[in-house]
Amino acid sequence: MIAIDGVSLTLQGTPILHDVSATLPKGELIALIGPNGAGKSSLLSLVARLIPLQSGRITVDGLPVDRTPGRRLARTLTIMRQDTGLAARLTVRELVGFGRFPHSRGRLTDEDRRHIAAALAEFDLTELAGRTLDALSGGQRQRAFVAMAFCQGTDYLLLDEPLNNLDMMYGRQMMRILRHLVDRQGRTVVIVLHDINYAAAYADRIVAMKDGRIIASGPPDAVLTTDGLEAMYGYRMPVHRIGDRLFIPHHD
Amino acid sequence: MAERRVWLAAALALLCAAAFLGLNLRGNIAFVLELRALKLLALVQVAVAVAVATVLLQTITGNRILTPSIMGLDALYLLGQTALVFLLGGIGFAAVDPRLKFVIALAAMVGLAAAVFLPLVRARHSLTVLLLTGALLGILFRSLSSLLARLIDPNDFAVLQGVSYANFNAPQGELLAIGAVLTAVAAAVAWRQRHVLDVMALGPAGAISLGVDWRWSVAGVLLLVVLLVAVSTALVGPVAFLGLLVVALAERLTGTRRHAVLLPAAACIAVTVLAGGQAVLQHGLGGASTLGVVVEFLGGLVFLLLLATGNRR
Repeated sequence: MIAIDGVSLTLQGTPILHDVSATLPKGELIALIGPNGAGKSSLLSLVARLIPLQSGRITVDGLPVDRTPGRRLARTLTIMRQDTGLAARLTVRELVGFGRFPHSRGRLTDEDRRHIAAALAEFDLTELAGRTLDALSGGQRQRAFVAMAFCQGTDYLLLDEPLNNLDMMYGRQMMRILRHLVDRQGRTVVIVLHDINYAAAYADRIVAMKDGRIIASGPPDAVLTTDGLEAMYGYRMPVHRIGDRLFIPHHD
Repeated sequence: MAERRVWLAAALALLCAAAFLGLNLRGNIAFVLELRALKLLALVQVAVAVAVATVLLQTITGNRILTPSIMGLDALYLLGQTALVFLLGGIGFAAVDPRLKFVIALAAMVGLAAAVFLPLVRARHSLTVLLLTGALLGILFRSLSSLLARLIDPNDFAVLQGVSYANFNAPQGELLAIGAVLTAVAAAVAWRQRHVLDVMALGPAGAISLGVDWRWSVAGVLLLVVLLVAVSTALVGPVAFLGLLVVALAERLTGTRRHAVLLPAAACIAVTVLAGGQAVLQHGLGGASTLGVVVEFLGGLVFLLLLATGNRR
């Protein structure tokens, strides 16, 4: 369980988050949605300790993120962002292998190699394993980074817009893999999504943010209503039900 | 494959070192060999220090066109020396044990680096901001040095000149021992941390996510860089582009940025360039030019090439 309690954040004098509290249960796929600038990425960064906590408390499985040693937390929680640094010359296999760093500190064991091979296979990267990142398309690189997070083997995966750069086929495949992680392996996935239809189709729970506050939280049926979406995005959109799925044509 | 290339670089380095020692041996062989061995020791130290410092700085700043001297780190060392000459006078400066001068300048460097560069590197600003700030700081330190240099009398100035130009012919012999220890320790620490450095090259988000304590690790790496720059600047004076040149060559040779490969490869290539270059200049061209000028010229070309080919990151 990720427990967020009374968290506020101000960056360079601009308030980003206002007294945010939320409980994200274990073993669910949780989608963070909301307009640009709502504070979704900031909240995710705080949970992943990329930004130091200014006020309030965040715990992951009871571990306070601001006081737990980084190495311990790296076996429980990981975040995927597309910030590559000097990684461009790495091969896909090397990048995915970094996911094992919290376990083996860089000296790969046979077990690590098994995990790496499994991650490559899971994300359809086996054939690309020897390619360097700068020789990949945006979508392939994206999959490599998610595969690295997967390979880290943590109970909690935080993903900041993992569908960026992915076409429909790989977008769907990505969501199905994440769904699989939750259903079969009992992992918890928190994901920032922009397409609410993906959220409607795959998430167990949706947390809606606006202007640095959480304005709604619950199963898709409860959060994705015409009124609720208008409060978030500022215009009305119809919410259709097709079979047991919600479908929201938000682009008309 | 990359590992095999490292051995190639090592073989080249050994060859150049042997050439430096053995070419044109005449007269009192024991005496000449001793002289050359001491010089070679200095060159190897400078080579290793510059190569490792440049790799480390590039790793923590996340781009491959930075060198410690573009960031003004060696200017900081020179400012310390100039301030010492200013305070003690030329005679007083010459009378002080060089090791003491080194330690004082080093302390000033560590202090200033902690105050000025650490916040910059920690925040990991864009490359443009880093380059601009570094270049400006370099200009500031150099201007302060030259202001102080104008205030002292010509005799003191002559003393100062001795320490402020790259000179591979007459390294500061008194500092060899302390330099060797510092270089060896810093290089060993960097080698031990090679896997952590690999992870740090992913940037702060990636590194933190993999359990690296970013703030402390960056501070530690920056301290190593400062130590190594101090050693090389103290021994032969400032060398702007040597680091850039050898790291770019090492990366091209091995095709990877893994530190287990890049660190030794860059160090070996630096030894090749310095010892080989010095041997060629002395014996092939009869001392027609100074190595410092040649290395700066080639390094500058590589810098422009890296900029022009868009390999900025």
